[in-house]
Amino acid sequence: MQPTAWDLFRIFSRIGLTSFGGGLSGWLMREFVQDRRWMSEEEFLNGLAISQALPGVNVTNMSIWIGFHLVGPRGAAAGLAGIFLPPAVLVVLISVAFALLSGYPLVHVWLAGAAAAAIGLSLSMAITAVRRVRRRVLPWTLMVLVFVMVAFLRLSLVWVVAVVAPISVALEYLRLRREGRSA
Amino acid sequence: MSALLWELFTTFVPISLVTVGGGQTTLAEIQRQVVDLHHWMTQAQFLNAFAITRMAPGPGSLLVTLIGWQVAGFWGAAVASLAMFAPTAILLFLIAYLWRRQRGANWQLALEGGLRPVAAGMMAAAVYVLIRALEGGWAAQAITLASTGAVMFTRVNALLLVVAGGAALILCQTLGLA
Repeated sequence: MQPTAWDLFRIFSRIGLTSFGGGLSGWLMREFVQDRRWMSEEEFLNGLAISQALPGVNVTNMSIWIGFHLVGPRGAAAGLAGIFLPPAVLVVLISVAFALLSGYPLVHVWLAGAAAAAIGLSLSMAITAVRRVRRRVLPWTLMVLVFVMVAFLRLSLVWVVAVVAPISVALEYLRLRREGRSA
Repeated sequence: MSALLWELFTTFVPISLVTVGGGQTTLAEIQRQVVDLHHWMTQAQFLNAFAITRMAPGPGSLLVTLIGWQVAGFWGAAVASLAMFAPTAILLFLIAYLWRRQRGANWQLALEGGLRPVAAGMMAAAVYVLIRALEGGWAAQAITLASTGAVMFTRVNALLLVVAGGAALILCQTLGLA
């Protein structure tokens, strides 16, 4: 059974509106590979690798990749629209609701506490990210360098990444080629 | 008004292109641009917007949608979202169109491995900036640590955690602890 662009919009809308926290790749794989069998696991993992390697939020990248794979350009647009539009409308509505409640000081306290908890979430993600970096001088030096330049020196992140990322990727590419040759 | 929209657009397009490793990595720069440079929001408003996006489902970069909304209403939200999502979407679309190759290709591995330390540094910087912006004194910091612990050692629901964090701070303040 061939999906339509509208099907994709509906499915990604549902996923977009129910995705809290992480584990999204698992969701997507279950939906498209296992349950509906619209893609093979190979194709899915292909898309996942590319979507994680390229800039952009993983979930939106995946929506475009899967949409494109299943229905072509219209599918990509439908997937992106699904994952973005309903949550965007929802988040704006929530923000308007909070603005209306801004007369109550308790709301401000609540939001500050919510922010604190959310930052705790981010901290756990940062710890995971740091742990995944290869325990070698070079990757760690680059990581610390980026951190210092962005957090302490408050340099423009765009320039920091534009300079450091290509260097890091090039070095990694050379390392892989070297290892490939000696294998 | 259109000058403002243009500013929003030109601010977020470059940030979109360096969003490697997830939607949260560019938070430090978004904060710097929005609060420090353009003064579109105060630190507190920025944190509020951040908290709201963490309470809502959907992609992490919706923070930018909220910022656009606060700065310039509907069109602000539309332009900011476009600036944040379109560039990488176009990039990915081009790659999807041009490159139907096996995974494990060296260029993919090099990208993944090479970007990992950069993304980790960005993530750490984002958290650093957020923690420094936090209000609520030591009670808020304690909530942050407790939340980190909860995420790392239990399977607690993220939404529940954020909602509970809000309640916890209210509790601390009513008890006179904060």
